[in-house]
This record gives sequence, structure tokens and C-alpha cells, in this order.
Amino acid sequence: MADSGSEDIAVIGNTDLTPSESENNIKNTMVEKGTNLLKRMEISVAEAEKRTGKNAVNMQETYTVYLVETRALDATSEGTTPVPDSLWRRYSEFELLKNYLLVTYPFLVVPPLPEKRAEFVWHKLSADNMDPDFVERRRVGLENFLLRVASHPALSNDKIFYSFLTEKSCLLSASQENGWKETVFETGFQAKADSRLKALNATFRVKNADKRFADMKHYGDELQSVISQLLRVRARAADRLYGVYKVHGNYGRVFSEWSAIEKEMGDGLQSAGHHMDAYAASVDDILEEEEHYADQLKEYLFYADAFRAVCRKHELTQYELEMAGQDLTSKKQQQEELATGTVRTFSLKGMTSKLFGQETPEQREAKLKMLETQIEEGEELVKERNAECEEFVKSAWVDIERFKEQKDHDLREALISYAIMQISMCKKGIQVWNNAKECFSKM
Amino acid sequence: MSGTIVDNNASSLSIPTDIAGHMLDLDDDDDLEVFSKDTREGSSFNASMQTSPGSMINQYKFEEEEEDIDTKDIFVTVDDPESYVTAIETFITYRVVTKTTRSEFDSSEFEVRRRYQDFLWLKARLEEAHPTLIVHPLPEKFVMKGMVERFNEDFIETRRRALNRFLNRIADHPIFSSTEDFKIFLTADVGALTSHKKQGPGFLSRMGESVRGLAATVRGVRNRPEEFTAMQEYVEAFGQHISSLDKVTQRIVREQKEYLEDLKECVPTYTLWSNSEEELAEPLRGMASCLERCYKETEEQVKELNDNLNPTLHEYVLCTETLKTVLRRRDIIQAEFEAKTEALLAKHADREAIREDLYKMEDRLEWANNALKSDWTRWKKVMRTDLRSAFMDTAEKNVNYYEKCLAVWETFLLSQRTDAEGTQVLDSS
Repeated sequence: MADSGSEDIAVIGNTDLTPSESENNIKNTMVEKGTNLLKRMEISVAEAEKRTGKNAVNMQETYTVYLVETRALDATSEGTTPVPDSLWRRYSEFELLKNYLLVTYPFLVVPPLPEKRAEFVWHKLSADNMDPDFVERRRVGLENFLLRVASHPALSNDKIFYSFLTEKSCLLSASQENGWKETVFETGFQAKADSRLKALNATFRVKNADKRFADMKHYGDELQSVISQLLRVRARAADRLYGVYKVHGNYGRVFSEWSAIEKEMGDGLQSAGHHMDAYAASVDDILEEEEHYADQLKEYLFYADAFRAVCRKHELTQYELEMAGQDLTSKKQQQEELATGTVRTFSLKGMTSKLFGQETPEQREAKLKMLETQIEEGEELVKERNAECEEFVKSAWVDIERFKEQKDHDLREALISYAIMQISMCKKGIQVWNNAKECFSKM
Repeated sequence: MSGTIVDNNASSLSIPTDIAGHMLDLDDDDDLEVFSKDTREGSSFNASMQTSPGSMINQYKFEEEEEDIDTKDIFVTVDDPESYVTAIETFITYRVVTKTTRSEFDSSEFEVRRRYQDFLWLKARLEEAHPTLIVHPLPEKFVMKGMVERFNEDFIETRRRALNRFLNRIADHPIFSSTEDFKIFLTADVGALTSHKKQGPGFLSRMGESVRGLAATVRGVRNRPEEFTAMQEYVEAFGQHISSLDKVTQRIVREQKEYLEDLKECVPTYTLWSNSEEELAEPLRGMASCLERCYKETEEQVKELNDNLNPTLHEYVLCTETLKTVLRRRDIIQAEFEAKTEALLAKHADREAIREDLYKMEDRLEWANNALKSDWTRWKKVMRTDLRSAFMDTAEKNVNYYEKCLAVWETFLLSQRTDAEGTQVLDSS
């Protein structure tokens, strides 16, 4: 009857791939391209639990802990699945891990954590951190974070990361409970963290930044802006769609009441009402899947921060190189002036010496010697910084390329799973309204 | 049965009716009463009526499986709204086209122009002549909510459709369609209509009726037959439900429109994003295009709700008022009869004269009751058909909507998967 040109559409198998399946697709890709770590162990964040305890200022607080499970993979080949090792971690510990990685590997794009507070919410979603739906989505996000780190060629070999996953927290003494944390602090990364933050926020002008990094930073800005906008609009649209579906539930109620006063129409109305109720209820699943899509976008929103930081770091190293170079040049110039007695450039020293008399030959000698040492050191520094810069550019660019590929793949998968979700939604709609039409025809 | 789709130009054929050809059909278990001659002034029962009063019996069989189009011998359409400007006022006129094979019409085709006031006049005349028959409601004079302008295109179109439905209901009604007023409405030129309007009782008799009505209402009906009480209860409940459905539908339209606003913003965002990307540019543009197409489909779906389901439900809200009025009128007639009966028992009453009146009133009451009962049955059938097809059409449109959106997304998915998997070929059927 209704012809919507569907003859032109190809029959596609497997349009019913669920979002969780496609999430697994991303995970499988991570495992396949696998690092040594992932080949050796299975990692998951299996559960979440509420805890209460005393915090640093001795006040009572409620917080959530997440169960990090790891299982050695080679053991499974013996046919038995061993019990996984597990330990509980708080969000703040994940944060500590991430900050450690950021500071220790400034040339790598470190995977982001799921958001600290719920943002871009629409009315049905709670902005409360204790809300079970939020906790569940955070659990998934944390697992994703661990898998991302574990699948990174360089990061996966980090010892601190390994001990985060495996070190049991001893329940006996308070200090040992924080064993891992202490290990992290012992690395002294905190000091680097502070200077990193300062550097990231400083303004300085770089003369010869690598154009690729400048472009990448610009891209990061654009990506952040556009994904934020998308998330905002999408949240509003989700709200509206929710309203549309739910109002249909009223049809169900009224049909039911109306059917009571009708003889012939009663049955048709009553059964149509049931379908309207089903239609109204179906939106909950639909929007849950949409949230999943939003989470995938959010991950890349936060990723943008990470690779912007890398670009910034490049600028910083480049800047330091340029500063060292400038310093060296000026010292060489001073040397020349002193040696030849000519004043090329205006300097206060030169003026005062003109006004107040020249230095003695001994003084000049001493100065020249000092300058020579300084120049030697300067040249060493420039060489060092240059090497640093080149090294940074090399490793960072490799990782950025890796990241770009990952991003293109993941986001494309996200778009595909969005389409699949829409298809599922349309199919449900067709079914419900066909059923309703059937019931209406019996009115 | 396929859902009837309301077409702008065709007369609505949702009611199959047996008209003049069939006279007394004794199959139905409802009472069949012969209408007595109408004794009230300004009757629309005149010589142009076919054959005997028996033909006015409204026993109508509605074949639900087949549409008996063959027996329908009059087709009316209301279309082509035009602005008519005079020095004093501006108003809209509509073209009314009639095609008929009825012998009381001088010709087989007529075309006249009518304005809203003319429709109001027709309705009033029919109600006056048949106080206990159910006249389909007219669209309201002026819709205040939503600040609709009188000359706004959408308003005019919605009104035109409602007028079309109104006229078709009249044409399908066995009694109304045979009235002189209806015939004149369809055929007379503007001048003739105006002079015809001036004749006839109109205002004053209506005044008289309402004054009598007030008195009778104060008195109240003593022995209302059970079936009319049942009708009243039904009408109360029905009114509430239909009113709720009307509100629900309006709410859905509102929410959908807001949803459209938000959906609209998504499109340029994806396009903007695609400008920053290389590999992702194409799928992102694809997304934008999908959302755009879905947007258009959603727009159409809302339009369908707005143009079809909404007005139909609204008309039945108005119907409820009509039904209440009709039941009230019947009550008044009965009350007057009961009052007269009591007057007979008064000591110094003029028994002869009163008895004379009493017979007339008894007839009148019986006639009114029977008219209402039959028309009630007819109305219920029409209502059932109308609402059934309105809901079926909506359901069908929704199915179409989802089918179209499904196609959009499947195409997108296909393009993405073929891209990703290189030379993979998927079979089309």
C-alpha cells in the first residue's frame, strides 16, 4: 500500500547490530591491533559500588568505587577460566593515573577519562553523580579508558599503569591501602605536573613552530567547538522527542476510557490503546542508545584536550629552543664586540663605558673568558634542546598520526551505529503503527 | 478496507447511504415510525420532497464492507477560496460545485459562490426545521488561539476543508439533502439566495423557541424515556473523551514542532564539522543529508496531523455540543407536552381546545423522538466511520513516515559499509 520507493533500497544484512556490539567492535579493534599487554591479559571494570568513609578533612563522605578486574589470558588455554584478579579504585585514582601519564608522556595523546560531572544532560537524565545511570555510564567509560591505555603501543608498557591494574590494596593498614598512590607520588611527577600546567597556560610567541602541530592545534579547537555544539543540540532534540513519544501514552489512556462507553468500537479502541502505550514506552530504550552515541562523541571532545596539550608542549619545546638560540646569539655578539672593540648594537654597558671610561685590559680578558665558557655551555644547551625538539616532534607526530587513524575509525563506527539505531527505531515505529492501524480498522 | 484519504477535490465518500431509492427497510430492529405532517411554520418539508412521508423514514443500512457509490446521486465540493473586496468589507468566497442526477434539480451541474455566512444560514435553517436531527458542525467563526489571522492561507484552507465536510454530510443526510433550503443553497445565484434568505421565519421564531425553552427548562422533564437518558450520559462521556483526544493531538503537534526546531540545528553542525575533517568529511556530510531528509519527512507528518486528525477530532468536539443541544430541544418538547397534559387537569380549563393542542403536541413529541432516535443511529455510524478512518489515516501516515526515514538511514548505512569494506557488493531487491 504505502509505497515509499523501498524497491530502490538494497537489502542489508545485519542492520540489527546493537550499539553494544559495535562498542565491542571498537574494543575488538583495540585488542586485535593489540599490544603485548592486551595479548596477555583481559581488563575490565566490572562493577560499581557505593562506599562511605572519612575524607582528608575527616568528614563523612559517600563515594563510588569501581572494580577493576584483570585476567591472565594464557591460563584460559588450559580450558579453565581462572578467577580474575580484582581491586577497587575510585574515580580520583583514575584521575591520578591519567595525570601521571600526561606528565610522563607529554609527547603522547593520552586517552581521556569519562566526564567528572554530567554535562549536556536533557531533563530525564540526572546530573547527579550518584545516579545509577550516570554511574553505569561512567563505569563503561572507565573501562574504555583502561582499554585505550592498554592498547597504546607505548603507554601499555608503563609500570605505574600495570600496578594500577594489579596491585592489591591491602585492607590491613590505612597507609598500605594507598600503596599505589604513594608509588605514583614517589616518581616525583607532581613537580613536573605543576610546571606543565604553568607552561600550558603561559603565553609566548614561537617563531618557527612546526606547521603540522599548529594545524593540529587549530583542528583541536574546531573539533571541540563543533562537538560541544552537537552535544548541546542533540540533548535538546532528545528532550523533545521524549515528549512526543510520551504524550502518545495519553492516547492509550483515553482510548481505554472511551472504549468503555462504546459497543462495536470498544475492542478496537482498547487494543489500539495498548499499542499507543507500547509506543510511548519504546522511547526509553531509544534514548538510552542515543546516550551511548553521545558518550562516544564526548570521548573525542575530551581527546581534543589531550592532543591540544601535545601541540602546546611542542610549542613550548620549540620556544625553549629558540630562547636558547637567541641567548647564544646575543652572547656571541657580545664576544665579538668585546674582541673587536666595536659596538655594533646599542647597549647600556657600551654607553656607560663610553661615558665613564673603558675597562682595563684585565677586566676585558676576564670577561672574554667568561663569555667563552658561557658560549660553550650555550651551544651545548642549543644542541640539547634541538635534539629534544626533534625527538619530541618525531614521537609526537607518530602518535598523532596513530590517533588520527583511531579517531577516523572510531567516529565512523559511531556514525554507523547511530544509523543502525535510527533504523531500529524506524522499524519499531513501523511495527507499532501497523499494529495500531490494524486495531483502528476494527473500530 | 483501505483508509480513505481526504482529497481536496473529491467529495468525501466515507458514508455510504441508501437514499431515496429505498423506502421502508424493515430489517433493523429499531422502531420505524411514519413522520406526521409538520405543522410548524417555515417547514422545509415541501412539494419537492420525494414521494410519501414514508420515504423520510431514516432507516439506513450502512454497508461497512462496500461503499455503495452507485446509489449516491449528488456530489458536492467546496473549493477555490477567493478574496472578495467591497467598499465596506473584505471576505472570502468559496466555490460550491454540485453534480447531481436528481430530478428535482433543473440541471445536472451547478456552480455558485458562497461565503461563510451563507453556510451559517443553511445550518440555522436546517436546525430550525428539524430541531431533533443532528446537523454536522461548521468550523468556528474565528479561531482565537494561535493568533490565526482570518486571511491566513492555512486558516482558509482548514476552513475550506471543514466546509467541504459539512456540505457533504448534509448531502449524505437523507432528510437534509432533500430540503428546499439545501437545493437553493447549491443552485441559486447570489441575488436569489439573498431574497430567499429574507423570507422564512428566521430570527423571531428562534426567539420564540428559546423563550418557550426557558420556561420548559425551569419546569423540567418528568418522564424522560430511558434511552434518551442513556444518550445524554453517552454524550457527556463521549464529549470528555473526544475533547481529551483533541488536546492530546494538539499537544503532540506542538512537541513535534519544537522537535523540528532542534533537529534543524543539527544539520549545519554536521556540515560544519565535515569542513574540518578529511576521512570523516564524507560520512559527516552523509549524516547531515540524512538528518535533513528526516527533517522534511517529520515536517510532512506534522502537517498531516494538523490538517487531518486535528480538525476531525475538533469537529467531533463541536458535535458533542450539537448533540447536547438536540437532546435539550427534545426535552423541551416533552416538557411542553407534559405541561399541556397537566393543564388539562386544571379545573377551569378549556378541555376541547387543550385536547386539540395536546394531540398536536403528542404527535410532535413522537415525531421528534423518532427523528432523534433514527438520526442518532445514523450519527453513530457516521462518527464511527469518520473517526476510524481518521485514526487509520494517521497510523498509515506514521508508517509511511517511518518507512521513508528507514530508507534514508539504510542508504547511508549501505554507503558507509561499502566504503569501509571496499568492493563489497550487497544485493538489491
